[in-house]
Amino acid sequence: MSDINSNIPEGELTSKWTKYKSSVPLVNPSNKRTIEVIIVGSGLAGASAAATLAEMGYKVKCFCFQDSPRRAHSIAAQGGINAAKNYQNDGDSVYRLFYDTIKGGDYRAREANVHRLAEVSANIIDQCVAQGVPLAREYGGLLDNRSFGGTQVQRTFYAAGQTGQQLLLGAYSALERQIGMGKVEMYTRHEMLEVVKIDGKARGIIARNLITGEIERHFGHAVVLGTGGYGNVFYLSTNAMGSNVTAAWKAHKQGAYFANPCYTQIHPTCIPVSGDHQSKLTLMSESLRNDGRIWVPKKKDDNRKASEIPEDERDYYLERRYPAFGNLVPRDVASRAAKERCDAGYGVGASKLAVYLDFKANTERYGKIEASKAGNHNPDKETCMRLGTEVIKAKYGNLFDMYAQITGENPYETPMRIYPAVHYTMGGLWVDYNLMTSVPGLYCTGEANFSDHGANRLGASALMQGLADGYFVLPYTIGAYLSKEISVKAISTDHPAFVEAEERAVGILNTLINIKGTKTVDHFHKRLGHIMWEKCGMARNEKGLNEAIQEIRALRHEFWSDVRVPGTADELNTELEKAGRVADFIELGELMCIDALNRNESCGGHFREEYQTEEGEALRDDENFAYVAAWEFKEGVNFELHKEELKFENIKVAQRSYK
Amino acid sequence: MNLTLKVWRQKNNKTKGALVDYKLADISPDMSFLEMFDVLNEQLITKGEEPVVFDHDCREGICGMCSMYINGRPHGPKDLVTTCQLHMRSFKDGDTIVVEPWRAAAFPVVKDLTVDRSAFDRVIAAGGFISVNTGNAQDANNLPIPKMQADAAFEAAACIGCGACVATCKNASAMLFVSAKISQLALLPQGQPERYRRVQSMVAQMDAEGFGNCTNTGACEAECPKGISLENIARMNRDFASAKFISEETI
Repeated sequence: MSDINSNIPEGELTSKWTKYKSSVPLVNPSNKRTIEVIIVGSGLAGASAAATLAEMGYKVKCFCFQDSPRRAHSIAAQGGINAAKNYQNDGDSVYRLFYDTIKGGDYRAREANVHRLAEVSANIIDQCVAQGVPLAREYGGLLDNRSFGGTQVQRTFYAAGQTGQQLLLGAYSALERQIGMGKVEMYTRHEMLEVVKIDGKARGIIARNLITGEIERHFGHAVVLGTGGYGNVFYLSTNAMGSNVTAAWKAHKQGAYFANPCYTQIHPTCIPVSGDHQSKLTLMSESLRNDGRIWVPKKKDDNRKASEIPEDERDYYLERRYPAFGNLVPRDVASRAAKERCDAGYGVGASKLAVYLDFKANTERYGKIEASKAGNHNPDKETCMRLGTEVIKAKYGNLFDMYAQITGENPYETPMRIYPAVHYTMGGLWVDYNLMTSVPGLYCTGEANFSDHGANRLGASALMQGLADGYFVLPYTIGAYLSKEISVKAISTDHPAFVEAEERAVGILNTLINIKGTKTVDHFHKRLGHIMWEKCGMARNEKGLNEAIQEIRALRHEFWSDVRVPGTADELNTELEKAGRVADFIELGELMCIDALNRNESCGGHFREEYQTEEGEALRDDENFAYVAAWEFKEGVNFELHKEELKFENIKVAQRSYK
Repeated sequence: MNLTLKVWRQKNNKTKGALVDYKLADISPDMSFLEMFDVLNEQLITKGEEPVVFDHDCREGICGMCSMYINGRPHGPKDLVTTCQLHMRSFKDGDTIVVEPWRAAAFPVVKDLTVDRSAFDRVIAAGGFISVNTGNAQDANNLPIPKMQADAAFEAAACIGCGACVATCKNASAMLFVSAKISQLALLPQGQPERYRRVQSMVAQMDAEGFGNCTNTGACEAECPKGISLENIARMNRDFASAKFISEETI
C-alpha cells in the first residue's frame, strides 16, 4: 500500500536504534567545519539541535522571528516531561512508555520512531539536569515525579508549572554558549519565507529581516525546520500569537509532504472564551487533573452556584464513564466528554460552554494528611481545608494565580470553569526515520513534524519529543545525509535558484501590500478560525467538511482581493508579517478539511461523527485507514494523497479502552 | 469603558518620537491590556493609519516579550504580572493611560513600543550556562540536590528576561536579571566548576552593554513580574568580590 519509503532500519524493534547509531556514516571533524546547517526555529527542537550540531563541529545558522531565541513558545509548556526512568519503582520501562504512546496516539504512529523516542527519553532528563535545569526534587534530594493522563505510572518530571520554560532556558543557554563561541550565528527577528532547492536538494533559505525588511539569502548544506505547530489556524488557540505554519508551508509548496494535517489536539482544560475581543486562550495544565475532579450538574440548565449544588446532584462524568482512568483519561477523550455534556445542556457559567474542575475533595484529603503529620488525627473540616490549601498552593500556585488573574475569580474558593481549546497539532511535515522530509536535505523536528504522536498526543510528551529530536536523534541521523555532501562546496547565493526563490518571496510581499483592500488581516483570520472550529474542530462530519472547503476557498479569494496591509515592506511591519502567515493558514485550513474528509474513521483527535461506537467512543477503521496520509502540494492549491502504511509488529492493535 | 491613551510613536531608531493621543470607547473590563491595543490597531488600520507596533507573543505571562511602560510603571499597576496578563478591570472608566516603551540606553527603541533587548542575550552568551555538551551527562539521580537548594535555584530561574528591572531602574541597571542567572547556577552543584569565571565574564559583558550599576533602590524587585529577589544581587556581588580577591581568572 505504501508508495513512500519511511527508511525504517531492519531488525528487532528494540535494537533498531542502537544498531543504526553504530552503523550510520560519520563526518570527520575537519569536514564538519566546512559543512553548514541552517536551523529555523529556536524552541526545544530547534535550539537543542542548533547547540548540539555546533558542539559536534558543524557551522550552524539559527533563525527565529522573536527578539530572542529564549521566547519560543516551548517556553509556555506547563506540566512536565515524560521519561522512562522508573525512579518511582512503579514498573515503568522503555516498553511501557512506547506502548502508552502508541496506544495514546490511537494506533496511528510509527512503531520504530516511538520506540526510539522512549529509548532516549531518559537521556533527556540527565542532559537537562547537567545543564542546571532546576527540576522538582523530593526532600531526599532526588527528582520528583507526577502522573499525567493516559498512563498508570508516575513518569513525569516537572519544574512547578513552568517545565517548558526551564527546559527551554536550558537549551537556550546551551545555544547561547555556542553563539558566544562563534559556532552558531543567530538571526533573531528573522522570518523564513522560502526554501531554496538546487538539483532537488534543500540548499538554503530566503529570510526577511523583520526590523529592516531586507530580504536575505542563506546557504546551507542542509536545512532543519523546528518551527512548531499550526494550531493558530483556528485563530483562538493556546499557541503564542506569532506561532505560524509559514516555514513548514513554504517547504510543503517546495515538495515536502504534509502528513495527517487533520490530527489536532483539543486540550480539555483551558480557560473558557469570555468574549469577541479574545485573542488567545490560556491553558490550565493537565497536571491539575491529578487533583481536580471534573463535574457538571446532574440537572439541565442548572443556574445555581457550584457551592450550592449538593454532592449527590453532581455528575462526575469522567469517573462515571471511565472508572479505571477517571479524571486522567487522555486529552481527546476528556475533551469530547466535556463537549458532549455541554451540547446536551449541562454546561456551566454564563456561556454554558464550560465544566467545573473542582479541587475541594483533594484539598480536604491533603489537609487530613498534613494534620495527621502534625499529630492531629481528628481534624475538623476547616483545618483540613486550610492545611490542604497550602499543599495545593505549593503544587499549582502559579496556575491558580493565572486563573484568578484572567477570570477575576478565586479558584481556591470556587471550582475552576474550563473548556477544551486547540492546543497542539500532531500532524506536520512528513518525515522518514531520519527526520528528513520528502525533500532531500530538508529535515523537520519537534511539533512541526508528524512522527511520534499518532492521532493524539499524551500529556508531557511534546517536550520529550522536541528535545529527543534535537539533542539525540537529528544530530545522528543528519550525518547519514551530510556524510555524502562533504565534497559540496558552499554554493554562492547568486545561484539562479536563490534569485528565483527570492523573487517568489518578494512577489508575495508586494502583492499583499498592493491589494489595499478594506478588511484587516485579523478579520480574515477570525473568519478562518470560526470555520475551522465549527466544522473541523472537536467533531467533524462529511457535510460540514464539504461546506468548510467551499467557504475556505471563497475566503481565500476574498483575502487576496480585499485585505488591507498598511505601511511598506522595507520597515518593521507587523501587519505584513501577519498577512503572510494568514495567507498560508488559509491554504492549510483547506488541506486539513480535505484530510479530515478523506479519513472515514474516528481516531484520537480526529472525531468523525459518522464513525462512533454506541457509547460515543471513537471508532477506528484499521482495515482501510491504518496509514499516514501524506499530501503533496500541486499547482494552484491542489493536493495529492500518498499513503504510508503503518505496520504494528510489536503491539496488538485494539480499541483503546480507558474504562 | 471609555479611555484616553497617550502612546509613544516613533518610526524607527533614527527619528524622534512623541506621545500621540487616542480615544477608545466601549472597552470591556475583561479584555487584557494587549487586547485593548488590538482594538486600537483595528481601528487605526480601518481608518487608514499605521497600527502601533508592540512586542508580544505568548500572552500568558511567560515568554517575556511584552514590554509596555504603563503610567510610569513597567507592566502597569498590578504587582507580579506582565502586560499581557494585565486586564482592563485594573483601570477605571474615563482614565487616561500613558504607554511608553522600555527606556534604557542599552535597550534602543526599534519602533513605537518595541525595543532591542539583544544585550540580554549577549550577557547570557558570555557565561550564563554550564559547559556540558550533549551526551556527557551522568544519571540525573546520581547528584542529589537538597530540595531547599533546588527550590531556591528554581526561584531565581523563573526570570523571564523581559527587562522590566532595567526599565524601572533609575540607573538602567541589569543586575537583577544578571544576578538571577548567576544565582541559579551558583546555587546548584552543577554550576560550581565555572562559578567564579561565570560571574566575572557576565558582569564584564553587562558593563560593556552600557547597563548602569546598582544603588540598592529596590525598584527592580518591586516591579519584577516574577518576584525575583534582591538577594540575588547580593549573592552576585559576593561571588564577584570573591572572584576578584581570591580566584580571579583571566576571561
